[in-house]
Amino acid sequence: MKAIVAVKRVIDYNVKVRVKADNSDVDLANTKMSINPFCEIAVEEAVRLKEAGTVSEIVVVSVGPKAVQEQMRYAMALGADRGIQVETAAAPSSLDVARLLAKINEEENADLFILGKQAIDSDNNQTGQMLAALLDIPQATFASEVKIADGKAEVTREVDGGLVTLEMDLPAVVTTDLRLNEPRFAALPKIMQAKRKPLAVKTVEELGVTLSNSTELLSVEPPAERQAGIKVGSVDELLDKLRNDAQVL
Amino acid sequence: MKTLIIAEHENGAIKSATLSAVTAAAALGAPVDLLVTGNDVAAAAQAASQVAGVSAVLTAEDAALAHPLADLIAPVAKQLAGDYTHILVGASTFGKDLAPRLAALCGVNQISDIIEVIDADTFKRPIYAGNAIATVKSSDATKVITVRGTAFAAAASEGGSAAVSAANATVGTAKVRFVRADVTESDRPELDSADIVVSGGRGVGSKEDFAKVFELADKLSAAVGASRAAVDSGFVPNDMQVGQTGKMVAPKLYIAVGISGAIQHIAGMKESGVIVAINKDEEAPIFNIADYGLVGDLHDILPELVSKI
Ligand SMILES: Cc1cc2nc3c(=O)[nH]c(=O)nc-3n(C[C@H](O)[C@H](O)[C@H](O)COP(=O)(O)OP(=O)(O)OC[C@H]3O[C@@H](n4cnc5c(N)ncnc54)[C@H](O)[C@@H]3O)c2cc1C
Ligand SMILES: Nc1ncnc2c1ncn2[C@@H]1O[C@H](COP(=O)(O)O)[C@@H](O)[C@H]1O
Repeated sequence: MKAIVAVKRVIDYNVKVRVKADNSDVDLANTKMSINPFCEIAVEEAVRLKEAGTVSEIVVVSVGPKAVQEQMRYAMALGADRGIQVETAAAPSSLDVARLLAKINEEENADLFILGKQAIDSDNNQTGQMLAALLDIPQATFASEVKIADGKAEVTREVDGGLVTLEMDLPAVVTTDLRLNEPRFAALPKIMQAKRKPLAVKTVEELGVTLSNSTELLSVEPPAERQAGIKVGSVDELLDKLRNDAQVL
Repeated sequence: MKTLIIAEHENGAIKSATLSAVTAAAALGAPVDLLVTGNDVAAAAQAASQVAGVSAVLTAEDAALAHPLADLIAPVAKQLAGDYTHILVGASTFGKDLAPRLAALCGVNQISDIIEVIDADTFKRPIYAGNAIATVKSSDATKVITVRGTAFAAAASEGGSAAVSAANATVGTAKVRFVRADVTESDRPELDSADIVVSGGRGVGSKEDFAKVFELADKLSAAVGASRAAVDSGFVPNDMQVGQTGKMVAPKLYIAVGISGAIQHIAGMKESGVIVAINKDEEAPIFNIADYGLVGDLHDILPELVSKI
């Protein structure tokens, strides 16, 4: 069984982003970049399925400029077998990424697609669902448990009211939530080995996909900042403030 | 111009995420229809018809729709999409699961989590855990949008009198089956619409100690939330997580107990009216956004609060 895992290079989750002075976008110059945490969980899940003998090959795909190869190598150090980078100037829209993944799958014919539920830069939470629609296959988003047997996937999803479990025919798309697993650390020998794993580079033109460009970014502003308030010295003072100043009790 | 909202409902009531979407749709200034899907939708359709500001209610009824599966609902909405310039869904897990699937079927991009309608094509939405607000303009013929509930007041659930009719759409067969739901039972108010939220973090220490957070919440008729660390540690279930990748809340009063204030947590609660932080570390970042901070051990402070309210 072949698994495709899509990974995105994003700002490191520990870094607080700043908006550019001209409000054209956020400023990512000299910012620490990492694999999107949900994508790391996606890679880990695929690797565990491979270790369990369910998955035989893991193909990691990333769409973006050459720098994304850094995160692809990281995914390979965790255990992905080979990579396909789709070269684009910037990260395109979720719809375009889904279209490119669907196109790549015409050759790859994967049985399982594991994506992050959300990229922590755009906060879109779209690509996996879009890929499932384009391929007309089932989806299980926000997964906290994945079991695969007899050509079917049983996936437990984290939803607003609790947990929901679905059973899907394969091929299918799974998007990862935080509790699915805890990714391992990439050991140094694995990092060295990963440098020699195959990594193919394709262009959007080669794949014959036209990028959509239907959503234009007009401006980016910083949010209204909250000011730090005061420290109170006791429970009594806190209750007095809440009752009489803030009037919320 | 015309807007379709895909309704989320439970036990015959329309969920607050959908009511917020109705308010967002009103800002577009065009007629608003509600689509109600399910197995037995009579009660929900009746409730939908009474929502203030709704012009028409369309229903899609089928045994296969008994559980809200995006795989089935998206194709139903797709069949209706031609009549609409905008299709809105609340940005709940229901909406986040469904809207992108529908958008891709329609061949359009999707706009997630809008917090403001500038005009029919232009919207504001937070990115990077709310540390930047993007203004985006869409040229798609049908705009598929999810609406952040905390940014739009819920529309009144009474006062409307929309006509109900069956949608002209067929329901397919899904390659996905519902197995079971493990629903968190609670008599407390819902996290996303409560006036007061008390949230506990890793600092609470254990599942047993979380009882102190519940006690305070009950005293205040508040909903209970948590940080990711509290959920990961098994103190409380996943549906209590507040934050960038959990639930967004904006109550009148938010009390953060034993929560450090990571950007991912703050993303989910910084629109709250008044924020109180209780933490033993006076340097904890949560104090930078708290209106009232109390430095101390929560194990002493929580019982004292409960006894004095
Ligand atoms: C991809 C991604 C998504 C994430 N999404 C979310 C999200 O949606 N929501 C979220 O909350 N987090 C999220 N996180 C996690 C986030 O980065 C933090 O790790 C998390 O919020 C920390 O939780 P905490 O504040 O409870 O724990 P800690 O950071 O460990 O803080 C515990 C606090 O408790 C205090 N404390 C300890 N004992 C006591 C005591 N006896 N009395 C008083 N105070 C005490 C300590 O001083 C400390 O400040 C995400 C992380 C990633 C990578
Ligand atoms: N540029 C990209 N390259 C590869 N995968 C991506 C890219 N953008 C999004 N994805 C995948 O889609 C998931 C959800 O992203 P999004 O829908 O953009 O929030 C990510 O966690 C990745 O698995």
